[in-house]
Amino acid sequence: MNGPFDFTLGLGDDALIAAQRLAEWTTRAPEMEEDIALANIALDQLGAARLLLSYAGELEAAGRDEDALAYLRDDREFRNALLVELPNGDFAVTVAKLFFLAAYQVPLYTALAGCADERLAAIGAKARKESAYHLDHGALWVKRLGDGTEESHRRMQSAVDEVWPYTHELFGADPAAPVDPSTLRPAFDETVGAVLAEATLTRPEGAWAPAGGRDGVHTEHLSYLLAEMQVLHRAHPGARW
Amino acid sequence: MNPRDAAASVVDPEIRVITIDELGILRAVEEDPASGRVTVTITPTYTGCPAMDVIRADIRRALAVAGHPDAEVRTVYSPPWSTDWISAGGRAKLAAAGIAPPAPVPTAGVVSLTLAVRCPQCGSPETEQVSRFGSTACKALWRCRSCAEPFDHLKAL
Repeated sequence: MNGPFDFTLGLGDDALIAAQRLAEWTTRAPEMEEDIALANIALDQLGAARLLLSYAGELEAAGRDEDALAYLRDDREFRNALLVELPNGDFAVTVAKLFFLAAYQVPLYTALAGCADERLAAIGAKARKESAYHLDHGALWVKRLGDGTEESHRRMQSAVDEVWPYTHELFGADPAAPVDPSTLRPAFDETVGAVLAEATLTRPEGAWAPAGGRDGVHTEHLSYLLAEMQVLHRAHPGARW
Repeated sequence: MNPRDAAASVVDPEIRVITIDELGILRAVEEDPASGRVTVTITPTYTGCPAMDVIRADIRRALAVAGHPDAEVRTVYSPPWSTDWISAGGRAKLAAAGIAPPAPVPTAGVVSLTLAVRCPQCGSPETEQVSRFGSTACKALWRCRSCAEPFDHLKAL
């Protein structure tokens, strides 16, 4: 199903929706330092999203730029994985999503950096350095909460259990794509296994693997997110700061 | 002023003690010999750096003052910016402004020892990280245990 356009759009949407969700923490994070951290990570994701969506627009060659793709598509046209659209919930849920996403994006961008498509290779080489820092940050929190108090352990384990099923969608096989996501699974499993073990957390078992985001079939949460993200642009087309 | 010097004199809007040339984000300045049109190539520090629009506008303004009102600013992403591109002069200016400059970026495959970040105020290596993220995408917040001053540290990237 996936040509370079769909592939690039999916990665751009992952980054865009993750950025929008993280930005919801701004002024509401549990501590000042974390507020700044989550906002900075959101900014990195937004930067990657802009590069990926701009390039997707060029690949499509239908005259859509990054703004048209971000603001003028409806939920069924978004190709992000369900993981990034899930509500922020408990801070531990945000940490779990942040950690799993970074554990996927680091090997993804590293592989992209060596792929045959020059534009994607440049984006991968740039974004992987930023993602590596996100991964460090997420892993620190997973360990701090998992190996913390009884209550923080309980909530971190609960968050991992809740979010884990949504990680499988990230690795759907796509042999025709510039990087086949299924090849990233071993690196993800290795990172996640080591961090969860150190955090005294248990990796969930179970075969439930909700999916559909890459085909435009989303949870209802995405629609509410898009309503907030797109309302200004749609109400005032071409509005600028 | 020649176009290269004009572009190189633009200061970073978020760290105003250092120029974009010293920061290593000014990649090329080319003047078309036939038309005289100047093309400036820059690269962002971080992909989401919100200062890029201001930097582009500042470059065009500096070149207009230098007699090139129709300069074009291009943005490239490859090779990706590294803090290793910050010049020695730039590092000294950062330190003088109270921003601890970055350590060299570790080479893949080489086991590197984590070097202490020296306090830019008193020079003490007895420092600690307060926050992994700081006032801009490229900085972290640190504190000196000797003189108790908090300070920014430009993260190695």
